[in-house]
Amino acid sequence: MLATIGVGSVQELFDRQIPAGVRLGRALDLPNGMGEQDVYAHLRELAARNVSAEQEISFLGAGMYDHYVPALIDMLMERSEFLTPYTPYQPEISQGGLQVMFEYQTAICELTGLPVSNASVYEGPSAVAAAGYLAKLHNARTRLVVSAGMHPHSIQTLRTLAHGYGMSVVEVPLVDDVTDMDAWTEAIDGDTSAAIFAQPNFYGAVENAAALSAAAKSAAGGKQDAAPVVVAQVDPIALGVLAAPGECGVDVAVGEGQPLGNRLDYGGPSFGLFAAREEYLRRMPGRIAGETVDVDGRRGFVLTLQTREQHIRREKATSNICTSQALNALGGVVYLAWLGRQGIVELGELLLARAHYARETLSALEGVEALHSQPVIREFAVRLDADVAAVKARCARAGLNPGVDIHALTRRESDRGGLLVAITEQRSRADIDRLADVLGAAVAAERREAVPA
Amino acid sequence: MTVGDTHSGAVASGRAPTGSVTEPPQQRWPIPDDRRARTIFEKGAPGRRAFVCPELDVPPVDPEQLLPAGYRRPEPPRLPEVSEPEIVRHYVGISKRNFDLDSGFYPLGSCTMKHNPRLHERAAALPGHARLHPLQDPARAQGALELMWRLQGALAEIAGLGHVSLQPSAGSHGELAGLLLTRAYHDSRGERNRHKVLTPDTSHGTNPATVTMAGLEVVKLTTNAQGGIDLEDLRAHADGDVACLMLTNPNTLGVFDPNIEEIAQIVHGVGATLYYDGANLNAVMGISRPGDMGFDIVHFNLHKSFTQPHGGGGPGSGPIAVSERIAPFMPTPIVVRREDGSFDLEEDLPESIGRLRGFHGNYGCFVRAYAYICSLGADGLKDASETAVLNANYLLARLREQGIVAEHLPLAYGELCMHEFVLSGGPMKRALGLKTLDLAKRLLDHGFHPPTVYFPLLVDEALMVEPTETETRETLDAFAEAIAAILREAATDGPEVAQNAPYTTPVRRLDEVAAAKRPVIRQTLA
Repeated sequence: MLATIGVGSVQELFDRQIPAGVRLGRALDLPNGMGEQDVYAHLRELAARNVSAEQEISFLGAGMYDHYVPALIDMLMERSEFLTPYTPYQPEISQGGLQVMFEYQTAICELTGLPVSNASVYEGPSAVAAAGYLAKLHNARTRLVVSAGMHPHSIQTLRTLAHGYGMSVVEVPLVDDVTDMDAWTEAIDGDTSAAIFAQPNFYGAVENAAALSAAAKSAAGGKQDAAPVVVAQVDPIALGVLAAPGECGVDVAVGEGQPLGNRLDYGGPSFGLFAAREEYLRRMPGRIAGETVDVDGRRGFVLTLQTREQHIRREKATSNICTSQALNALGGVVYLAWLGRQGIVELGELLLARAHYARETLSALEGVEALHSQPVIREFAVRLDADVAAVKARCARAGLNPGVDIHALTRRESDRGGLLVAITEQRSRADIDRLADVLGAAVAAERREAVPA
Repeated sequence: MTVGDTHSGAVASGRAPTGSVTEPPQQRWPIPDDRRARTIFEKGAPGRRAFVCPELDVPPVDPEQLLPAGYRRPEPPRLPEVSEPEIVRHYVGISKRNFDLDSGFYPLGSCTMKHNPRLHERAAALPGHARLHPLQDPARAQGALELMWRLQGALAEIAGLGHVSLQPSAGSHGELAGLLLTRAYHDSRGERNRHKVLTPDTSHGTNPATVTMAGLEVVKLTTNAQGGIDLEDLRAHADGDVACLMLTNPNTLGVFDPNIEEIAQIVHGVGATLYYDGANLNAVMGISRPGDMGFDIVHFNLHKSFTQPHGGGGPGSGPIAVSERIAPFMPTPIVVRREDGSFDLEEDLPESIGRLRGFHGNYGCFVRAYAYICSLGADGLKDASETAVLNANYLLARLREQGIVAEHLPLAYGELCMHEFVLSGGPMKRALGLKTLDLAKRLLDHGFHPPTVYFPLLVDEALMVEPTETETRETLDAFAEAIAAILREAATDGPEVAQNAPYTTPVRRLDEVAAAKRPVIRQTLA
């Protein structure tokens, strides 16, 4: 090969191209390579030092949930044909991936009740920030009004990125753990680019989405062109029982797709969903697949509306996103097909019943009370009359993880003692009863220790 | 090609292709005419299903009582009604209409389509990784945190920069982090006037798009005759208003900028930062480090250099490494090792730009990238880059050996290349009537994924080829021969064969104009 190139050594290829002053000239300070079985053993050993949802009864949620992932999703996501291609730049040999995108977009549109969807963005909180940028491109205003009921990571991400694209973020407080409607209406003015809330919100409470949308639209004087873009961060798995955002006056629905057939993976990769009304189509971020025909009249799919995108429009692009989450979105659409039209409702109603049962059961415990009385779907908040971290540590010793320490995430004084409990179809009544036993005992023990004898 | 709809295409086009079309690898049973590919929404029947809902083991509730009327969904969403076998057949069936890296050569420039070891999938699927909740108490996620900490360390060493954040979700997300860091750094010094970002005209589209999203302004730099940055142009634009220079090195022409040290001096001389787009890191691992070149911020593409499979458009992962002066502003959280040797997530950095996404980044990608680094080690990473550069130069030489290729598809810049090279299809278009697009489409009939086309923009009819280190010499030879065969075919039979290509793919050229004009981006459901 060197003779074909016409050089004497591989080293010569580098010597002739890289200035001596920036060559490393030593070996990287990294361990030596290992054979496959040793690498596997090492990664297995690291995995063994994590306590996964397989090893304890886990009620953790707050953005990612331990739903059952059907085996067929593993099989399909591991298929070479889906796992190893690049973004489908050559549609003639990428019909599989492009059709998946088209089907995914159809499913997300149907779920959200909105007419257009892209083929995915990174994940939930950055999807919220992407919606803020879309609003800026749409109406060139400078304020983003967000409900304090948003996931703290969403608010933090929005703040980081909005600082970049030059917008301020105004937080609207909660009343009884749902958005304070008066403060919401008051906060939205003529310079409000977008009004953003979560459904259900971080505390598990179902918001009055229709009222929030209507209030946002009438707040700015009631004129159509003065209204902000109404954005909802939705939990897609709740949409079997909850009204579709599109039916509630929402303009842009974003959300974390992980509950739809994606693994926990310690927080990623998953996917972000992004759907909107027709008027925002040409300002959407990310890839969009469209239907067309080939020269022989065969139905086919292509990446379309690419003039929004960075590789065509460069600094005038509607987003910088390139590689997104195609494989995770495949998991999402396969999951929705697997659940099916009735299944998503049945699952939603099961979660509703179990979450209701769990909330009642836990609230009846000594030293535990419901943080709010709002309707919930599969996650709810309680307040412990004890230190949450200490209670969690006691529960861990009993092989159970009772949920997320709310204050640790929100850092709001009013959230001290708050515990967010998530129920999935993998948590049975027996698990919930066990939670009540373990949590009740842990809270009681902590209270005893807190009171000097 | 995994599926050959071999019979209909060429016939329908009115002329049979001549020349050496590589037959699809397998002879297949006749497949039905799939003139109308059906979606999952067009399959199944009312009431059909795969999901069996777990038993209701708690007292039943009435949703109408728990949820006020306006909150409830009145009708179920019109999702597919299909059985599990139907789902499997459907998606396995359409998967066969994809080309993929496991099936053939994928020399897509700047995308680094190297082999994806299956060990990584097995390791990432271990329940201790795959079913670990991101809000698990750090004390009960020590294996994951140690993996992230070790990956941070390895990436820092490879970059030659001391501090790493694993948070960004992809390269473009890393770029955004980098520019927000640059702004925070300048702001902390009271230099809020710095609003310009210099990017060469060879840069990836994500660079200028990111500049805008970071609230900054693009200033384009021209490329000199050697394919590097024009130093005069750089000096003319380098002033106190410049925040940053974003550079890919080697750049998208496959050229390692010979003036990199001087470029760094000029940029640092006016107080700006230097950003390294790591898309092309595969050329220099263990050979030359961005930090040693003078860069302040680097992003990695774990889905390029570190074998995270591309997944047909993601997931990716775009960690960043930064220098000492940028470190105080890093996004949170960062994995740290406490004095007692335990690992933890550090959320409290007073000057941090904040969070870029939920949780801690794409951990599943970290497992794969870390497994790759463990497998290769220091020597192996260097060897990978050496072989990538060797393969690119060998392929380039093989192409240029063939007179017809040397004449019609000249190398756009330089004599040698790094891990990729860019050919200009301009002469081919003028002499043979063959556009780069036609060459690319005809390559499909030969069973190859085409190179990146029409990028970088400054090269006429550009064809950007990156073979990677995991391809054999035989594959490179076969690809060079296919290119030459297509040019010979055009020279002898005229350009029409390629202009009407491909013939052997599941569909042929698609009407993209109509797709964009009247977008149909979802199915209308009954």
